[in-house]
Amino acid sequence: MNSLFTPLSWSDTGFILIGVMNTVTISIVAIVLGTLLGLAVGFLRAESSKVVNVLLGSVLDILRSVPLIIQLILFSTFVGAMGYPLDPFVAGSIILSLYTMAFMSEVFRSGFESVHQSMRTSARSLGMSYWQTIFYIRLPIGLRAVFPSWLGVALSVIKDSALVSVIGYMELLRTSDQLISRTQQPLMILIGVGIFYFIISYPLSSYGRYVERKMAI
Amino acid sequence: MGALIKHPSDPFLTTESGQGMDYEFHWNVVFQNMPELLNGAFVTLHVSVLAMLLGIVIAILLAIAKMNNSKPYCYIATTWVEIARNTPALFQIYMAYFGLGALGIHLSPYVAVLSALVFINAGYLTETFRGGFQSIPNTQYSASKSLGMTSIQVYRYIILPQMLRRIYHPMTNQFVWSILMSSLGILVGMGELSGTTQRLQSLSFRTLEFFMVAAVMYFIITKLVLISSSLLSRKLFKGEI
Repeated sequence: MNSLFTPLSWSDTGFILIGVMNTVTISIVAIVLGTLLGLAVGFLRAESSKVVNVLLGSVLDILRSVPLIIQLILFSTFVGAMGYPLDPFVAGSIILSLYTMAFMSEVFRSGFESVHQSMRTSARSLGMSYWQTIFYIRLPIGLRAVFPSWLGVALSVIKDSALVSVIGYMELLRTSDQLISRTQQPLMILIGVGIFYFIISYPLSSYGRYVERKMAI
Repeated sequence: MGALIKHPSDPFLTTESGQGMDYEFHWNVVFQNMPELLNGAFVTLHVSVLAMLLGIVIAILLAIAKMNNSKPYCYIATTWVEIARNTPALFQIYMAYFGLGALGIHLSPYVAVLSALVFINAGYLTETFRGGFQSIPNTQYSASKSLGMTSIQVYRYIILPQMLRRIYHPMTNQFVWSILMSSLGILVGMGELSGTTQRLQSLSFRTLEFFMVAAVMYFIITKLVLISSSLLSRKLFKGEI
């Protein structure tokens, strides 16, 4: 007699691999877009007047104080109701990138501000233009200083990308969830998923700590 | 032209152009269910406070174990910390809810989310506590001892106050984080703010309205926590941090 559930088999690896690829893709998209946007916004915040700063800050504050899962559901429902339903990947990328941007902008802002005023003044007095001081002095020094925090945010984005499953994107945790409903072997599948995340995250976080320790001395 | 072609049985058929906002907001049903939402918000606060308190207790033990020289305790603490820090929160909750269920340990959604949050909080706070403790140089201990203080006095008056000052902000951030992450209860059917919102919207189909209100509520909760934390820090540390 046929059982209601079919056990895990080797042909399921392809299905899991799709999930792995999708998790990696959306994480990379969000990290790249979030970093670029965060760099721009962080620069704006470090340079602009108090009024602009408060306005920008309050928008970023909303992104940081509302759970990602609520943002994802709200956004995908909202664009759907507007008559432009988006693909889960697109909607997920947009929200995840904005969420990343909110954190990255703080990181880069502190990076820009970590370069001391006297260093900027001396660069200018050497005859460098405003943009030259930014590209040759403030960016290289500031970015190096915030590299460990940048890595920390990037790692949390990889982990948070699991939440995009709620709007229907087939990332790793959702594919494994579906496999679990079919095979009823949650423990084995979940441990595999955990190992995958751990393998990606652990070397990077150890490297971040190593760099941080090296910079502290 | 321009008339709406709508069939009651087909919710996906919209205006003729098929584009533009074709959504009417109905806020009444949200206000009618406000007590339930507020109750959900209370559960959110309650689970994150509990997760924080338990997390702090375990983190203190883990931090002591990690700084200890005895190998087995140190390994256990390190494993705990690394797993908690390097896997997604959603994974932990699935593990607590479905994974333990497979072993015959059936947790209620509340307990599953709580234990996942405690696990992660403990992992992150261990590192915070250890860093805070190690940031106070050993010479202070020797100096206080040479002034005739007992060990307990040294910790009570010299080391712990300084340590608290350094770990206060990371702890506040961790608390806010656990409030936000308790929203994952939505996926295991827990009755906190997101879970309640999800249940109510599935009864009324007013998805946008309910989730907007939930978003505002989360925003207010986190802001209240941050404001009260900075007031408390002013009182505790008298402005110097």
